[in-house]
Formats: sequence, structure tokens, C-alpha cells
Amino acid sequence: MKLRRSMLFIPGNNPGMLQNGGVYGADSIVLDLEDAVSPNQKDAARFLVGEALRTIDFGISEKVVRINSLDTYGAEDIAYIVPCRPDVLLLPKVGCAADVQAVAELVQQVEGPNQDVKLIAILETPRGIVESYTIAKAHEKLVALVLGAEDYTASLGAKRTREGREIDAARAIVVNSAASVGLQSIDTPFTDVNDEEGLRKDTEFAKNLGFKGKLSINPRQLATIHDVFNPNLEEISWAQQVVAAIKKAEADGSGVASLNGKMVDLPIVNRAKATLYLAARLGLVKEELE
Amino acid sequence: MINITKSATAGTADKNDIAITLEPAETGIEIELESPVYLQFGDAIIKTIEDVIREQEVTGVKIRAIDQGALDYTIRARMLTALSRAGVAVKGVKTL
Repeated sequence: MKLRRSMLFIPGNNPGMLQNGGVYGADSIVLDLEDAVSPNQKDAARFLVGEALRTIDFGISEKVVRINSLDTYGAEDIAYIVPCRPDVLLLPKVGCAADVQAVAELVQQVEGPNQDVKLIAILETPRGIVESYTIAKAHEKLVALVLGAEDYTASLGAKRTREGREIDAARAIVVNSAASVGLQSIDTPFTDVNDEEGLRKDTEFAKNLGFKGKLSINPRQLATIHDVFNPNLEEISWAQQVVAAIKKAEADGSGVASLNGKMVDLPIVNRAKATLYLAARLGLVKEELE
Repeated sequence: MINITKSATAGTADKNDIAITLEPAETGIEIELESPVYLQFGDAIIKTIEDVIREQEVTGVKIRAIDQGALDYTIRARMLTALSRAGVAVKGVKTL
């Protein structure tokens, strides 16, 4: 599964920022045609992002384009951008499964041979949160759900706070809906770029809820986000002990394993394997897991 | 054979960008370029502009370009935007 600890937004009509997009080491960079671009420059941003995709080396970063919704400029974005070979399209304001299916159909009409552009849905309306499960299983191209808390809380009339209690329910729902069909869930950005402690706490909370990554609006946030989502030594050590315990139990012909007096069952083994898989992907441990 | 029939602009005066102005011309391509890197890259910038004009099969246009250190991809994108705004049905990119 693709690593998406961080997804960094880059304004789609800014040549200087676009051409440097690959140097920050974000797992994904999001070339933004939507909120970062004024309506009278949508055409200019579309051409610029298209040319950037065709010629700029974005390094290890996955190439994601946030298109406009289909009720504005989305269809034109898809027709022009898909042939430029992005890895993923990020869909704003997804409110129901049909929103994803309509985009997927347009994408498939313009995809070239051997091209499979993935989709990620941003849920940022109350309806999107309610419909998150049906959205999650809307189409095989969908690989993740994203919570967009700014528009969501504005719709609710809720005040955004540093602690973020106002989005507790939405976060839990998005994580659960995504996990129920094996998709990743990505958390809303932390918008105060000068508050590193707040970013760390917010990211730790998201990770503990089950989010697999976080949107970012500034390259300065990436180190903290990666640090939080990377498994730490304690977690890796625990995971290695779990896997060793289950292997020993299997060798002993026993179906039951225990670690420090606690039973090790399948969900715990799976969590340990996921931790070691991530650690191996990041080069923190040597062994490769299936 | 496509001649530009209305004026159009694209791009900005920001660093790394290029501001393109297109004016109608009966026939022929006329390019005027200002750039802080004219001595080093002037020929390359003009060639990139000419490539886009040729790809889009435009045969009559007057172009004024004020460069602020734009890379090729930006020059191409701003040219395509300006042509599109001048009424040219820009041909879609071929699938890579």
C-alpha cells in the first residue's frame, strides 16, 4: 500500500512553488487547481499543472492533482490533466457515491493504455460525513478518504479550535468508513504553521484514531508529521516481540501465543505486522514482511 | 492556418514566471522578448515559444514576452493559456 503519511498542497498557478515541489520529500504532493486558484486563473493553472506533470521530476513524491468539483471546472480539469499522467486525482466536496462514480467515468474515458489514475475523496460537508461508508465503496479507483475540517465546521457553524474537539465525531466516522473497506484515511491539515507543538499533538491524536496520514499546507510541517507517523523504537520493539511470540507458538504447535502475560490474537498480530511493514518501508528495520 | 484575431495575456510579473501578450497579425510570427537572462537563454526561450506556436499551427501572431526566469514548462503553459484566451482551440496533449 502506498505510503501517504504526508500530502503537501502546492498552489497550481505558482511556477516557483510547483517546480520545487519534489524537494521537500512529502509522500504525496497535491498540485491544487481548486481553492488555491482564483476563478479567472483556472485555465492558466490547468495548463501550468499539466506542463509541470509532463516535465518536472517530483522525486519520491506521489503526484496528486486536486481538481475542481464537477459543478464548476472539474470536467475540463479531468480532460486536460489525466493525459498528463498524474498518479491520483483528489476530489473536493464529495457528498455521495455518485460524485466519485461520475469522476471515475470521465477519467476512464480519457485514460491511455496501461494507465490507472487513482482517486481520493475529500469529505468536507455534513452530507459527505454521513455518506462516508457508501462513498468509501463507490468505486475501485478510490484509495483513500480525506477529512476536510475547515469547510465541514463552517457548514456546521462550529468554531475551529486548537484542540479540535468539534471534529471528533467526523474524524472517527471517516477513519471507520475507510477502514471498513480497506482504504486509507487522511486527516485534515493543521492550519497554524507557526504552532509546532499544536501540530504534533493534533497529528498524534489523528494517528491514535487510526489515520494513516495528514494533509499539509506548508513544507515546514512535514518533519513533524513524518516523525509522528513513523513507528518509534518502542512500537517496533513491541511489534518484533509479537511476531516472535506468534512464530514460537506456531513452532510449538500451539494456537495460542502470549506476550508479557497478555494473549496475542490475530488483530494484535496484524497491527504488529503493519508496524513492521511501515518500519521496513522506511528502512528502520531490515526484514521485509509479506 | 490559424491567425490570432483578438489580443490576450497570460502569466505574471512574479519571479519564475513569464508574462505573455498576444496581438493579432495578418500573417507571420513576430516575437519580442525581455529577460534578465536574455544573453544566456534568450534563444532557448524564443525556441520554446516558437515550438508551441508551431504545435498549435498558428501562422499569424505578434508576441511580446516579459520573462522573470521562467523554466520551459512555465513558458509553454503561459503560451498555451494566452493562445486559448485569444480564441485558439488548443489541441489537447497526447497521452504520455
